Amino acid sequence: MAHTLIKVPASARRGEIIAISTIIGHPMETGFRPGADGRILPRNIIQRFTCHYNDELVFSAELFPAIAANPLIAFHTVATTSGTLRFSWEGDQGFRHTESVSIEVT
Amino acid sequence: MRHGWIILLLGTALATGVPAQPATQTDARRSGFDFMGSAVQAMQRDDALNPAMLWVKQGETLWQAAAGASGKSCASCHGAAGSLRGVAARYPAFDTALQRPVNLAQRINLCRQNRQLAEPWRLESQDLLSLESFIALQSRGLPMAPPADARLQAFVERGRARYQQRLGQLNLSCAQCHDQRWGQRLGGTVIPQAHPTGYPLYRLEWQGLGSLQRRLRNCLSGVRAQPWPYGAQELVELELYLAAQARGMVLESPAVRP
Repeated sequence: MAHTLIKVPASARRGEIIAISTIIGHPMETGFRPGADGRILPRNIIQRFTCHYNDELVFSAELFPAIAANPLIAFHTVATTSGTLRFSWEGDQGFRHTESVSIEVT
Repeated sequence: MRHGWIILLLGTALATGVPAQPATQTDARRSGFDFMGSAVQAMQRDDALNPAMLWVKQGETLWQAAAGASGKSCASCHGAAGSLRGVAARYPAFDTALQRPVNLAQRINLCRQNRQLAEPWRLESQDLLSLESFIALQSRGLPMAPPADARLQAFVERGRARYQQRLGQLNLSCAQCHDQRWGQRLGGTVIPQAHPTGYPLYRLEWQGLGSLQRRLRNCLSGVRAQPWPYGAQELVELELYLAAQARGMVLESPAVRP
């Protein structure tokens, strides 16, 4: 199972711009490199990252083979109401990982 | 002991994420942290941005996981991981049974073999690095405290001699770069002073966590010498000498380096 590091402020004022950062442990294997036996390692990357704020999509990103392992994705959003931020990573070989973090907006 | 109290104060500051500082104002020693750019420094300062924390999380799981015929986990004997605060700061240390120094990774494997009755992990394997980073984190902010053990003296001296010995096709010693030319550039990178204060650490070039022995082997192949294998006595002796040189500097593990 993949480990993640997620940074979201625990509380924010309504209308405030908040910074969010996420890291996920993932090899991001490009599909171009040979392994120890000389054969090309199959591609294994994360293809898509999404962030839903109370089920509304607020940020998404497409990822490609040139992105380093353990990708760090940082972005901003506006704090609207208290609720949940849901982060999803989807990729090759059926990879799928979801984390949820709650935020309190006053 | 003379400036022990200063180190203690700095150590407390470090625990709250203040960057590495020399042990005293007059100390000319600098951590590799001081040689890197502000973006990488920011990664190390913030645990949410430091990718080494992914391994720490895995290490925390392994700390609780039973292993081997004994059915015991690390926690079964050691309790909370906080009980190992300070341990990482004093390794490598002398092992009485083996009559030679062992580093923290080897110490973990000895515990696995002799106490948990489990297979030792392959050196530099992800599991071993994870548990090592989790244990090292417990000592973050403490001064490096290699043991003042008379039995270690001969090994430290051998490490010192090897540090100053020219090696490889390029015929360079560690000291020629890291003592005589630190602060200058080798290609595009600044040469640091070779203080092992952040291991195991996340290196952006590796895209992963690595031990001090991996770093030493990198330098050895860099001077076109044949690197000693993981766990070799020669590497442990070098680690011992480097730890002695860094005595009193603040432990930053798990650090980030470019």
